Amino acid sequence: MKRLALALCLVLAAGACADDGTSPPTVTLLAHDFFAVSDDVLAEFTRTTGYEVDIVLGGDAGLMVNQAILTAGNPVADVLFGIDTTFLTRAFEAELFEPYASPRIGRVLPEVRVDPAHRVTPIDFGDVCVNYDVAAVGDPPRTLADLTDDRFAGELVVEDPAVSSPGLAFLMATVATFGEEGDYTWRDYWADLRDNDVRIAPDWGTAYYGDFSGAGDGARSLVVSYASSPPAEVLARGGGEAPTAILTDGCFRQVEYAGVLRGASEPEGARRLIDFLLSRTFQEDVPLNMYVFPVHRDADLPPVFAEHAVIPADPVLLDPDTIAANRERWVEEWESIVLR
Amino acid sequence: MTRRTALALTAVPAAFLAVFFVWPLVSILVTGLAPGGRLDLGPFGEVLTDGDLLGVAWFTVWQAVASTLLALLAGLPAAWVFARFDFPGRSLVRALTTVPFVMPSVVVGAAFIALVGERGLLGLELTGTVWVVLVAHVFYNMAVVIRTVGALWSHLDPRLEEAARALGASPLRTFRTVTLPLLRPALMAAASIVFLFSFTSFGIVLLLAGPRITTLEVEIYRHTAVLLDLPVAAVLAMLQLAGVGLILRSYARRQDVVEQPLRAAAETARRPRSRRERLTIAGIVAATLAFLLGPLALLVERSLRAPGGGYGLDGYRAIGRDDGFVDGLQAIGNSLGFATVAALIALAIGLMAAYVVARRAGPLSSWFDTLLMLPLGTSAVTLGFGFIVALDHPVDLRTAWILVPLAHALVAIPFVVRLAVPVLRSMSGRLREAAAVLGAGPAMVWRHVELPIVTRAAAVGGAFAFAISLGEFGATVFVARPGSGTVPLAVFRLLGRPGAASAAEAMALAVVLMALTALAVLAVERARLPGSVF
Repeated sequence: MKRLALALCLVLAAGACADDGTSPPTVTLLAHDFFAVSDDVLAEFTRTTGYEVDIVLGGDAGLMVNQAILTAGNPVADVLFGIDTTFLTRAFEAELFEPYASPRIGRVLPEVRVDPAHRVTPIDFGDVCVNYDVAAVGDPPRTLADLTDDRFAGELVVEDPAVSSPGLAFLMATVATFGEEGDYTWRDYWADLRDNDVRIAPDWGTAYYGDFSGAGDGARSLVVSYASSPPAEVLARGGGEAPTAILTDGCFRQVEYAGVLRGASEPEGARRLIDFLLSRTFQEDVPLNMYVFPVHRDADLPPVFAEHAVIPADPVLLDPDTIAANRERWVEEWESIVLR
Repeated sequence: MTRRTALALTAVPAAFLAVFFVWPLVSILVTGLAPGGRLDLGPFGEVLTDGDLLGVAWFTVWQAVASTLLALLAGLPAAWVFARFDFPGRSLVRALTTVPFVMPSVVVGAAFIALVGERGLLGLELTGTVWVVLVAHVFYNMAVVIRTVGALWSHLDPRLEEAARALGASPLRTFRTVTLPLLRPALMAAASIVFLFSFTSFGIVLLLAGPRITTLEVEIYRHTAVLLDLPVAAVLAMLQLAGVGLILRSYARRQDVVEQPLRAAAETARRPRSRRERLTIAGIVAATLAFLLGPLALLVERSLRAPGGGYGLDGYRAIGRDDGFVDGLQAIGNSLGFATVAALIALAIGLMAAYVVARRAGPLSSWFDTLLMLPLGTSAVTLGFGFIVALDHPVDLRTAWILVPLAHALVAIPFVVRLAVPVLRSMSGRLREAAAVLGAGPAMVWRHVELPIVTRAAAVGGAFAFAISLGEFGATVFVARPGSGTVPLAVFRLLGRPGAASAAEAMALAVVLMALTALAVLAVERARLPGSVF
């Protein structure tokens, strides 16, 4: 047993030593826990640039961004991937990134390019939308307002915006849709949802697998999830008709960005990696690995996405400063309406 | 033990804790409270005048007290049965009761939602209430009570109780006035560990309690990861540390009790005599197993679901397939490797520390004991961020793989210490003297008397540390390489993406984790020795 342990130590230590080796040059990518990329795609980067990529996972998006902010100027990696609109302002205040305008930025959809200073580069987007269980919902809802109908009483589950990123996105979609002022504001809408017995789940997994009937044994036929969830279900079942579908009204577009970290030890490799993240090779690899959509205009979608994914025509997009200025107030007001 | 040996034995664990616990913790608290180098006490006022946060602090305390009392009540009957009776399958059943202790909260949460969630199998909705938190804490911690209390109970001389009965005391009175006082040290040890676990509970509260009920740990996470409000997070972490410190100090003061002559466990356990005894035993064992294994059985069922409906082995097949996102076999290998390293570190440091604590050299060793227990009651998020800000110099350990087993070892060391101290204390006096009288020098006493006993204690402690590391979700280490992820991390990642295939693979990995844990604990059973706590 002891000898086995010793051998294990040596093997692990050897692995660590190999990481510290000086050749070939290595660029380190800090990403959130749900980052994924195909091995052959990553190998192409190494083949064309000579840089190896070392991937480091830094917890959920919030934990990852905050640890990057704590180490601003002395980062654990060269590139950060996966910061979304909700955290951008804070990252800019901490001067987390070194500006870099990739020559490929011109091929990116214009509406997701929020930073003229190029501190961050958009890489992918995902739409947070209400999903429904096709078999359980006879006549599906067409608008967010429909969700307050009696026929959907006790059917909707949403994530807690205080701790969950899709939960916050959905809250912001309702704010943008119903507005802060007028006869019927987002506050009235949530009061109606509460009266319609909306369920608050702590995180996406609990809502989707625990409470939603379309993907688990849940009791509710409507859930806040992503526009890419229906094709993911088709993929998991190996084909056939999608068991779930999305409500295209009131979807919130979450854009994920990457940036060169200030103080990176391999700034040149970092810039090459940003270029690569915008290449068609990587962009076309994104949907099946992370269930999000490419920002590259010419990227082709994989067949299952092309057939089963619906990209909402008119999603809600909020600029980072508006979010930073209001999110705490929105969440607190939401808590006072829905939880008390 | 000479003065110099004692000093050396103190220095290593003290240095370990200083570098990997105190320094990161102080660094992150300073970063939070003195941004830019100037101390700002504003956040203290902010927290201490915030009624909601004070309510959270109060709830954190009382749910931990209630969870501890309930775990003691629920665990005592099983502890009694395992200690006093000998029946077929006893060690297997006892090993199984330990499995819940190491299960990741994501899967336990899923099982509880299926059982007592909205339209749950039991038809009684407890999620979103404080009850589900208490029940889940009992589910997690019953093993601690069964093991800790049961071990001492099995060494109590039954003749003491028999004498009380013969003198006319009722069974209840005998239990209250004879058994309970004798069990006090073990009850206190179990209570302190259960309290620390419940006090810093995160996953269970976040997943099951609903948005209205939170603990300090959940608020620390929210302020750190969502609001990015480090100053308030630092104040909350200090509040939590103060609470844990108070409890540990009062525990340390009550720990010194008169030692009692103990009997070998084999002599105190007997076969059940009457039909009534057999029924009582069967009832207690069945109730305990139903409570602890029911939710686990549900996870087994889920792991066997086929993505298209019906049942199949798809989840288990997915473990062996590297789909670019999670490589199940690699995660299992990593978990085993990390657990081995963590166990070795915890053993080395823990045994040295136990020597120091067992000597009872004044108040300093009691404070040392408290410091050793503290990581168990420290916010994982805070400590993880502490690693990030502190461990970049002189060697940048922030992304090194060794940080994972080091963090696991911090949590496992208290167990090794609690386990080894009674053994070391029990052999401190007469055995060594006897050997010396017979002409053995100190080196020979160590080689032939102390080492064999300590080695057996070490085997037990090592296996327990191994199991703890297997189950650690790694909340303390935010920096993981995809290729060096553990099983709990793989389960978490799989349950964070859509597709029934991911869910089945996650549950299958959880079942593998159960099997590995049961095996590790069975190894503990085989190495059990008189006087050991577990």
